[in-house]
Amino acid sequence: MEIRQMRKRNTVIALILMIGSFALIQALIMGGVIRSYQQVTLATICINIILAVGLNLVTGFTGQFSLGHAGFMAIGAYACAIITLKNGSVAGFLLGILAGAVLATVFGILIGIPTLRLKGDYLAIATLGFAEIIRIFAQNLTITGGAAGLNGIPKFTNWPWLWAFTCLSILLVNAFIHSSHGRACIAIREDEIAAEAMGINTTKYKVMAFAIGAFFAGIGGALYASTFYILKPTTFGFMKSIDILMIVVLGGMGSITGSVIAAVVLAVITTALQSFSELRMVLYAVMLVAIMLFRPQGLMGDRELPLPSEWKNRRKKQPQSAAE
Amino acid sequence: MALLTVKNLTKSFGGLTAVSDVNMAIEPGELVGLIGPNGAGKTTLFNLLTGVYEPTTGKILLNTNGKEREIQGQKPYRICGEGIARTFQNIRLFKELTVLDNVRIAMHQNVKYQMLPGAFFHTPGYVKEEERLKKEAEELLDIFQLTHKKDEKAKNLPYGEQRHLEIVRAMATKPDLLLLDEPAAGMNPKETAALTQTIAQLRRDFGLTILLIEHDMSLVMKVCERIYVLNYGQMLAQGLPEEIRNNKLVIEAYLGEDMNA
Ligand SMILES: Nc1ncnc2c1ncn2[C@@H]1O[C@H](COP(=O)(O)OP(=O)(O)OP(=O)(O)O)[C@@H](O)[C@H]1O
Ligand SMILES: [Mg+2]
Repeated sequence: MEIRQMRKRNTVIALILMIGSFALIQALIMGGVIRSYQQVTLATICINIILAVGLNLVTGFTGQFSLGHAGFMAIGAYACAIITLKNGSVAGFLLGILAGAVLATVFGILIGIPTLRLKGDYLAIATLGFAEIIRIFAQNLTITGGAAGLNGIPKFTNWPWLWAFTCLSILLVNAFIHSSHGRACIAIREDEIAAEAMGINTTKYKVMAFAIGAFFAGIGGALYASTFYILKPTTFGFMKSIDILMIVVLGGMGSITGSVIAAVVLAVITTALQSFSELRMVLYAVMLVAIMLFRPQGLMGDRELPLPSEWKNRRKKQPQSAAE
Repeated sequence: MALLTVKNLTKSFGGLTAVSDVNMAIEPGELVGLIGPNGAGKTTLFNLLTGVYEPTTGKILLNTNGKEREIQGQKPYRICGEGIARTFQNIRLFKELTVLDNVRIAMHQNVKYQMLPGAFFHTPGYVKEEERLKKEAEELLDIFQLTHKKDEKAKNLPYGEQRHLEIVRAMATKPDLLLLDEPAAGMNPKETAALTQTIAQLRRDFGLTILLIEHDMSLVMKVCERIYVLNYGQMLAQGLPEEIRNNKLVIEAYLGEDMNA
């Protein structure tokens, strides 16, 4: 298919999905089916999608294993909280999100330049260390409220805002993946030496992916602050990074639709098992082990959810490739 | 003036000198062979030329666009930008990606849109440029009749076609000098003959300069205008194919192998 046609088709599909999901959830909220309690789950899903899509760019698409995503989330959360506590208007909220995202990006670049020389386990440990440092700063600075954290953060997040930022994150990351710059990142995951030999400045694109991931983590953190009224440094510990990583791995490294689906599935399971919190952790662990054993590539692997029209093509192609 | 000049190039790995005081000069448009027994240092020389390794001592001079400059020790992506592209002895394709993406990735350094706004917002400039990339990639894939396989994953191609795709990918960087590391390895005589023709044609059509490592003597003797022979990291001999074929030192180094194959 020609690029223009494909773009037109994809735009139509994206619009249908976006407007459809907005209308559906909005109707359920207005009809009283989704009540304020479930709206917390809804917010968690949206925030986790934003976080996971950003981390997927770093870990799934660029192949850089990061355990520090909660650190960038914390930066976004505290920045937005501090700003909205000073200026409790919608303008303050939007400024808070912007500031959180930009600040997280700056940190992403600063952290990325030295650590992205490291590979695999070493990179994971370095990013983990960074997130811990951020948490310890949050615990000890006056502006972040120390160990007690911040209270009474004005709440602005509602379904329309959450929906808008979630769509924006998915669309932007997806667009990036389908660009030459995105392909450069994917090439690094596939074979760093070959990528470099083909003219790709691998250091630059690793840092870039890290910075973009941090940008969206900043947005996710800002929305978190605005959803839950309170911030505590303990929220942004090691387990938070693991939670997000789990969504990415479960959904499939390198699949954006996979991250979206996994974020929804995990939130639904968590909510359903809310009253059995020990059982929940056991089930979580069992599920993770089971997925790693039976489907190590995650729910979607590195594929996106195929459209009905693509299913037809796939079936048509099969006998041909079997003959080769 | 030579396109590529190598001056007293040496690379040591601890106690082992893999490339030792090597001198070379390759003129624009030449097709030059680089041969030598296993472990002679051929691939290491390629790794030095492409910036994978930094030389212990010595210089590498490249002369494209009318200016000569030292490139030793520069990063591989910069050297690629300066006009040297390569293939790998052990195929290094982006295995999980499509044939088309393998080629498009190699075009990245010449892409005209920026990350902002192009890549994130798919501006009209992005669309135009992506169309160009796709068209040019397909044209390059046509060299080896790979266009109809553009949507297959690289790992699903037969071995010979994977080697072809690596050459196409290297061509996509628009090189002046192409380094091929055993392009015919693992191919049967018929495939090797076809590849020989394609390499000769590539050079004509694209005005390329080619340096070729190859164990298959029939291929080397047939297509190369000049041959360098490495042995234990040292340049043992250089000359025309007939001269190399009859060179005593070379015959000794290859003792037991049939130079007239
Ligand atoms: N990174 C490295 N570290 C240590 N030794 C190395 C390294 N790379 C190559 N060598 C050594 O340098 C020598 C030359 O290796 P090289 O791969 O260049 O040989 P070659 O001529 O390409 O051989 P072949 O025909 O088998 O491909 C070998 O002894 C090899 O073991
Ligand atoms: Mg070799």
